[in-house]
Amino acid sequence: MTWRSVHVLGLGVASSLGDGAEAHRGWQDLTPVMDEARFAPHPVHPLAPLPFDKTIPRRESRQMENWQRLGTHAAGLAIADAGLADRVAEMDLIVAAGGGERDAALDGQILASRPDEAGLHAALMNGLRPTLFLAQLSNLLAGSISIVHGVGGSSRTLMGEEIAGAETMRMAWARVAAGSSTLALAGGAFLAERPEIMLLHAMGGRLHRGPCVPMDEREGMVLGSAAAFLLLGTGPGMARLAHVATDQGPPEGSEARLDTLLAAAPPARPGAIEIWAGPFGTLRPGLRLADRFGHSVEAAFPLAVALGAMMVRDGAPEIRIAMRGAFRGEAVAVLEPSE
Amino acid sequence: MRIAVTGIGMVTALGWGAEANWEAMLAGRSGVRPITRFDTTGMRTRFAACVDLPEDRPGYPVSVAERSRRLGEAVIAEALAQAGLDAPFPGPLCIGLPPVEIEWPQRFGLGAGDYPGLIEAASGRLDLQAEFLFGGTATRLAERFGTRGVPQTVTTACASGSSAIQMAIEAIRREETDCAIAAGAEASLQPETLIRFSLLQALSTRNDAPEQASRPFTLSRDGFVMADGAGALILEREDHALARGAAILGYVLGAGEAADNFHRTRSTPDGSAIIRAMNRAIADAGLEPSAIGYVNAHGTSTPENDKMEALASHAVFGEEPPPISSTKSMIGHTLSAAGAIEAAVCLLALRDQMLPPTINNDDPDPELHLDTVPVARKHRFSAALSNSFGFGGQNVSVVLGRAD
Repeated sequence: MTWRSVHVLGLGVASSLGDGAEAHRGWQDLTPVMDEARFAPHPVHPLAPLPFDKTIPRRESRQMENWQRLGTHAAGLAIADAGLADRVAEMDLIVAAGGGERDAALDGQILASRPDEAGLHAALMNGLRPTLFLAQLSNLLAGSISIVHGVGGSSRTLMGEEIAGAETMRMAWARVAAGSSTLALAGGAFLAERPEIMLLHAMGGRLHRGPCVPMDEREGMVLGSAAAFLLLGTGPGMARLAHVATDQGPPEGSEARLDTLLAAAPPARPGAIEIWAGPFGTLRPGLRLADRFGHSVEAAFPLAVALGAMMVRDGAPEIRIAMRGAFRGEAVAVLEPSE
Repeated sequence: MRIAVTGIGMVTALGWGAEANWEAMLAGRSGVRPITRFDTTGMRTRFAACVDLPEDRPGYPVSVAERSRRLGEAVIAEALAQAGLDAPFPGPLCIGLPPVEIEWPQRFGLGAGDYPGLIEAASGRLDLQAEFLFGGTATRLAERFGTRGVPQTVTTACASGSSAIQMAIEAIRREETDCAIAAGAEASLQPETLIRFSLLQALSTRNDAPEQASRPFTLSRDGFVMADGAGALILEREDHALARGAAILGYVLGAGEAADNFHRTRSTPDGSAIIRAMNRAIADAGLEPSAIGYVNAHGTSTPENDKMEALASHAVFGEEPPPISSTKSMIGHTLSAAGAIEAAVCLLALRDQMLPPTINNDDPDPELHLDTVPVARKHRFSAALSNSFGFGGQNVSVVLGRAD
């Protein structure tokens, strides 16, 4: 089997720091944007105001909530950045997704009234809006991207929190390398500012409490809204995605598995910079994604790859990305100059 | 290099185990019945193709996440036993699963009257985390069977099971592994999901005769029937299977996918996306359409799907498409598991040279011009096509081949 070289042809990012690649240039030195009040005692990095009304047709936007809007917006930025809007029909889409928005107000009414079984069902039958089901369905972020931007090659949605984000990168990279895809649009979106998301991630018992501190000093994770999509192809592009590898197993072997993945990656070039994309602090050297963005779960690994590609374009000799998931999963990626 | 199937597992409302299901399908039995595991008073649809568990208690049914895990575990164990394999399995788990979340019984169980209270009460509940994270169910299955690497958990709605098969054959073709488990498990039937699907007017409301409600390709079809179920295939490089002396049950010859960019719940009016998925699968198998001897239809029994699938069948196969049946007429629509279950059905059909029927076919829609196999019958054929068309525009077809 012959393997083709894989390059980043375009990217789209949006986060608490702003909209688009330019707003994220020099991200490691930008001041984080925090909201410590809304979900106190848990701080969160809120999504910057984004021009959804300009990038998503109104008719489509009405079928979505902000999680799908965020991802659809970022995917559109990636297509435009690559200048390949005329080739959307052949793009293979791979999205890492969590669940979309619940109706928090309806949930709140039901929680407050604690109805019996029949009362619960009546409240749901009377209170749920049909369109909200489409906004909540995980695979309809990919569906919305296809409809709004015309992406029509194929469509897959992966589940599994942060390791699913890493798997979108690995699967897109492997498909382009193996020749089973020509253009792969891959990434994810994560909207932190939602009570049901706070609830889900609180279950692990490691949501940071109190004022935000540097991640290596945190007792747990701080969540942050972000989306990142990359368009991968055979290039040349702004950076070469030289390597992506993932693994998973029981939690007690996680550090050893990550070490093995790093040892199997191409040897580091002089001046290589490492980005840590995990939710919790680490002893590893390098930059910490969550210090600037918080942890953006499904979007975290694609966001690190996108920021790394920008740093390579701006002159970094190599970017190495490493991550361990909060629950499970280990991943590494290596970016090099395209030429 | 061909990819062989060496193990099959299946659970549906018709029973536990592939052979029990196959026997019931050839007999044309329906697994659709009134829902008993929760109160359906006042609901527009009060029936489904249920796989209930002993742990289901009135008002406190087993969660979607846990039922999916239980059904997935059963079918993977069955398929591994047939393949002569055991944990640890030397390849990845590729599996279609439903999105999951904490449900009302667990929310109420946390004892709080608002979200801040729930968040506080749930803090550190590792049991809830392992159950309700999106990666939780697949992780527990992966660790139960000792599969390698990250479990490939896919949700392409009703195409998920077929996507899982496609991801597995891609990994084998890329030489990442010699073998893989391709599966789908589904248990979305809980009160809120049933109500949500009803609000979209996607479900049959034939409450007076549930066993007749799933009636694909008829004039009186009025929506799909929700169903629990799971299916699993053990896939191996043919030489790997032969080298270890495994019995080959059939082959996965190819898969094809296509995204529809027209509408969230409807196909492009000319059917081009589903035609593309079918054609790509047949081409990926290295076949001509004329080599396909049977189609296991997506066949959901919704007015829209069955019309579009008939249109696409004529576009792909011409005037006389091969026999096409929908086993959803008996087991309902198992959503995330449908692709895996229906690929397994195709392999059993190829093995026995028998076509499973589309039951309830007593008022066939004359505009469709299809041989929908109203009663099981003998048939000589060597390749079958399994269609899965997902809500949200994700379409996948898989081609299965007969063992030599």
